[in-house]
Amino acid sequence: MSTVEHTPSESGPDAQKWVDVQASEDFAQLKHRLRKFVFPVSGLFLAWYLLYVLLADYAHGFMSTKVIGNINVGLIFGLLQFVSTFVITTLYVRHANKHLDPLAEKLRGEIEGDGK
Amino acid sequence: MNNGSPILNISIFGVFVLVTLFVVIRASRNTKTAADYLAAGRAFTGPQNGVAIAGDYLSAASFLGIAGAIALNGYDGFLYSIGFLVAWLIALLLVAELLRNTGKYTMGDVLSFRMRQRPVRAAAATSTMAVSFFYLLAQMAGAGGLVALLLGITGTGGQALVIAVVGALMIAYVLIGGMKGTTWVQIIKAVLLIAGAGIMTLWVLGKYGFNLSSVLGAAVDNAPKAGEKLLGPGLAYGKNGTTKLDFLSLALALVLGTAGLPHILMRFYTVPTAKEARRSVVWAIWLIGIFYLFTLVLGYGAGALVGPDKINAAPGKANSAAPLLALELGGPILLGLIAAVAFATILAVVAGLTITASASFAHDIYANIIKKGQAEDKDSEVKVARLTAIVIGIVSIVGGIIANGQNIAFLVALAFAVAASANLPTILYSLFWKRFNTSGALWSIYGGLIVTITLIVLSPAVSGQPTSMFKNADFALFPLSNPGIVSIPVAFLLGYVGTILSKEKADPIKQAEMEVRSLTGAGAEKAIAH
Repeated sequence: MSTVEHTPSESGPDAQKWVDVQASEDFAQLKHRLRKFVFPVSGLFLAWYLLYVLLADYAHGFMSTKVIGNINVGLIFGLLQFVSTFVITTLYVRHANKHLDPLAEKLRGEIEGDGK
Repeated sequence: MNNGSPILNISIFGVFVLVTLFVVIRASRNTKTAADYLAAGRAFTGPQNGVAIAGDYLSAASFLGIAGAIALNGYDGFLYSIGFLVAWLIALLLVAELLRNTGKYTMGDVLSFRMRQRPVRAAAATSTMAVSFFYLLAQMAGAGGLVALLLGITGTGGQALVIAVVGALMIAYVLIGGMKGTTWVQIIKAVLLIAGAGIMTLWVLGKYGFNLSSVLGAAVDNAPKAGEKLLGPGLAYGKNGTTKLDFLSLALALVLGTAGLPHILMRFYTVPTAKEARRSVVWAIWLIGIFYLFTLVLGYGAGALVGPDKINAAPGKANSAAPLLALELGGPILLGLIAAVAFATILAVVAGLTITASASFAHDIYANIIKKGQAEDKDSEVKVARLTAIVIGIVSIVGGIIANGQNIAFLVALAFAVAASANLPTILYSLFWKRFNTSGALWSIYGGLIVTITLIVLSPAVSGQPTSMFKNADFALFPLSNPGIVSIPVAFLLGYVGTILSKEKADPIKQAEMEVRSLTGAGAEKAIAH
């Protein structure tokens, strides 16, 4: 049984290395790819959620309009929030697996050295 | 009212306790270091941790509270679950992976990473404790109501005794099992809860020819007072302008609170890598989403099959909708099973909260502030965490006895408001805003905390209304029950202003280290191989 307590600041690379990596092209690219996805998507789903909340809060008549049987607009809107959450989750995972992980792995390998 | 058989209920719950205690004791065998005790050796897989997150998140408020809210208030109860679910996207997109890469055990690790350690850790620990305490109160209060319903114990003394027993059990889990044991309890509980809710959902749908529209129709027919209004929004929050604003405020706190809940954040440290942290959130989102779809059917099903009058007359009121539905469907045995699951839910969530609060005290305050990060041996950190767990356990037992009878969904909403105001702005700023500094962090944590709690104290939830905590006093200067709409923007603003006004520059090297580590996972805490 081996238990190792890693204290990154002791075993990790020196300060200059972090600064160098931060300034590197690859890192800028990784940061750009992450932010280009998560910021707009966050804005989008928050706006979509807010629209839903405002409709539920201030447009009772519209939301109570029946569509099929007892299923009304409000219920459909609510269920669409579930759908959009599931869809965004799936899209993000795909984006991360394809565009983020390989680059992050490459950088991590460079930073942590030839140990592996 | 027929409560089923108390002896049956207790026996089923007893079996759950025995099984989980056995698992906890087995899991604790390998618990040696602080990383074992506080982060389960970082050895859980993404899917395992995802199930455990669902277990931590689907509290009694979600199961009993939301099902009850839908049964009585219809659509307005459903709104809770949407906020609770959508909130996970913030955790997925903005927080989980970056946090896993930069921290060790607590939220304080991340917030203090590039700041002056001691003040920021103290602030992070304070707000961790505050959120955990509100959340604990909600769970303990829920335990009281549940007991009243299931064991037929209506006296306050008897209920207090049961709350004490729940508290003592929870302390035992945390002391013995640490994070690993607690995680297994969460996993077992999540599986039971989701399976139980799933079976009941199919049962209800089956009674109505698998036609959701018929369930809704039956709920409307059985609710002469609410009638058609049950299906549209507005029954609970549509009375006037203030209640509508209150709802908007609640909706904000729900969606922004999740990613600031310390006991959820801490779960990301139990997996080996950021990629596993991502997988765990994905699992959690699917499980939680599906569960909330179940509660929609269960809530309307309880309205249709049990009816609002009977629910309102039961000892736990709205919180008893789901158990009563179980009794209606499957008789005393199903009631006993569902009751045991609900109890297990409370127990597991309380254990998760306790380990989070005690970890924050042991790691942020003891190891890093009192011992200045030089704790001579890591064992002492674990010792302090265990001791703190006992203290928190006792405090929450007392608090739970006092809060007994309060609406649990409301108490949980308050915990979310504190998390969204004090924690989330600080987390986002420190991950994404280069210039953010110590002063900004302190302003947003303490500012968010103080504003939120002040507004809660001055709200109609605390005084001035027949439904308030203090019915006979009136100091409700703030009209809304949910402070989020004011406190969240104020906290974001305070973080900004605090940063801009201070002369202190952010540490550029630390910032570089944090940013590179958060995105690449270089130098992140590794799993422990046993």
